[in-house]
Amino acid sequence: MIIPKLALRNLLGAGLRTWLNVVVLSFSFVAIIWTQGLYKGMGDQAVHSMIDVEYGGGQYWHEKYDPYDPLSIQDAHGIVPAPLKKMIDNGQATPVLITQGVIYPSGRFQSVLLKGIDPSQTIISLPSGFLDFEGEELPALIGSRMAKSTGLKVGDTVTLRWRDAFGTFDAMDILIVQVMSTTVQSVDEGQLWIPLKKMQELTRMEDETTLIIVSKDAVNPPADVRGWEFKSLDVLLKNIRELVEVKTAGASIMYVILLLLAMLGIFDTQVLSIFRRRKEIGTLMAMGLTRARIIGLFTLEGAMHSVLAAIVAAVYGIPLLIYFAKEGWAMPQAIDSYGFAIGEKLFPTYSAGLVIGTTLLVLLVTTIVSFLPTRKIAKLKPTDALRGKLS
Amino acid sequence: MKRRFFLNFCFIGIAVIGIAVIGRAEVPSGDWILKQVDENIGSDNKIAVTQMIIHGRRGSRAIKSKSWIQGIDKSFTEYLAPPREQGTKMLKLGDQLWMYTPSTDRTIKISGHMLRQSVMGSDLSYEDMMEDPQLHKIYDAEVIAEETYLDRPCWILELTSSEIEVAYYTRKVWVDRERFVILREERYARGGKLLKTTEVKETVRIQNRWVPKKIVFKDVLKSGKGTEFLMESIEFNANIPSYIFSKAALRK
Repeated sequence: MIIPKLALRNLLGAGLRTWLNVVVLSFSFVAIIWTQGLYKGMGDQAVHSMIDVEYGGGQYWHEKYDPYDPLSIQDAHGIVPAPLKKMIDNGQATPVLITQGVIYPSGRFQSVLLKGIDPSQTIISLPSGFLDFEGEELPALIGSRMAKSTGLKVGDTVTLRWRDAFGTFDAMDILIVQVMSTTVQSVDEGQLWIPLKKMQELTRMEDETTLIIVSKDAVNPPADVRGWEFKSLDVLLKNIRELVEVKTAGASIMYVILLLLAMLGIFDTQVLSIFRRRKEIGTLMAMGLTRARIIGLFTLEGAMHSVLAAIVAAVYGIPLLIYFAKEGWAMPQAIDSYGFAIGEKLFPTYSAGLVIGTTLLVLLVTTIVSFLPTRKIAKLKPTDALRGKLS
Repeated sequence: MKRRFFLNFCFIGIAVIGIAVIGRAEVPSGDWILKQVDENIGSDNKIAVTQMIIHGRRGSRAIKSKSWIQGIDKSFTEYLAPPREQGTKMLKLGDQLWMYTPSTDRTIKISGHMLRQSVMGSDLSYEDMMEDPQLHKIYDAEVIAEETYLDRPCWILELTSSEIEVAYYTRKVWVDRERFVILREERYARGGKLLKTTEVKETVRIQNRWVPKKIVFKDVLKSGKGTEFLMESIEFNANIPSYIFSKAALRK
């Protein structure tokens, strides 16, 4: 017990030098937790939004459907198979029919993805209820980004042209019944939502669909449906998760630099203290302390920087991090173009694992950095040390 | 008295039917007219030099090309101007299309829905360009009116698709009654909305056929002046070597 007490006394006795190291190290603590929390929050927010608005509990894709190949979308449709029809009838899934179309806002030509959805569906949080429209015109729902790029607003009519299942052109005027505000770009940009039944009729794809969104609460959706592939959330969210990982790795550069600065300070402090405290080391050796215990004392002194840094970081970091977690961080508009389904504010997510992991990481690195200069003590002769020599 | 009345009635009846039949005989059937149109423009082999002027929002650009056409299944087109498009070649064999671009030195196959994309930003799709010109095979035609168009007497034919996989369900064409050349065309969506128009501004007589020399294609849903198509020269029943219609010819 004498070693820890001695180490703490020595550390506090060093005064300003110790506190400078501690403050810099505490910055690293807060920066690591804040940045990691920010990216975790970004990932969580995006994942939750996409599950709520687009993916549900997974999707069944027609075997020819490839969202990255717009030219093959025209062929990606088929009759809903019996097991999935049962799920739809039980309210555990909803079909979405997709085809390509062209709209002519203000005489301009703009390609769109035409999506048909059941207005009464509750599987995803898309305001499809607006499509339950009593009127002669074909109602259409668009997102705010689409509204901005086309200049369309609620009440506007625009000509839509598409090809039916047999490649024959058809066109009609549609009425924009609602402009939805969503964080999920992939249901907004370049897309036009219309009632499913009407779309099936217009495209001569009766009872056909491109994909089927399964409810989040669906239990054991059938795994093997001929002609259809089940895409689990792991598959659907793979890209967004990888994107978050890449962003997190990129952001780690900042706190690695901070950590390096702090470690450099601690390393220098250790080298200096061993040099200045040669006689003290000699005296301790003369008093019977083994070299290992002296090394332990100096290593502990260094490692205690991280303990003090954790305490200091907690003092100002906890209120700061709680504030951000509650109030969120306002995002610039440009974030919308990054492909993340994030709203106007980003709410960081801090987990116990993140805090404990960061503390252990800093403690480990500090201990290693503190230990390295103390290896000289192992080669030191007590007589030389007492005379102030350092061989 | 009764007999006289009966004879008069029969005479008037026969006269009315006769006039109707004679009148009817003056207007040939739509299908016959359409067949004449196809025969006028159709040829086993054709070599044509054309210019396409695309009017866009940022100005106009002209693309000159030379095409070798054999029947309705084979065609080979080489772009001659502007310098940016020079050397680009397209080969159509049946319902398949290959495109070679000298800048990338690559040949790509344009198939499926890529055929529905616009050709170099024009109002024409690859499909429009590759379209089977033998309209009488895919449409049922009916003469719906007669009209003078560009000082030429015309029949107006309403074409309704007789096949299921046709891009335009109905068309309305103005056919020159003497020259059997289409002077104006309207292409409609299945729901009846007008989509595209084609207007022939000038026709010329070449090798005993009447050929449109200047045509304006217009996507009517889009603002703009459309795409002009100028026939600089055309040679019917030309001698075309068979190697022209091979993929190897694309890289030559």
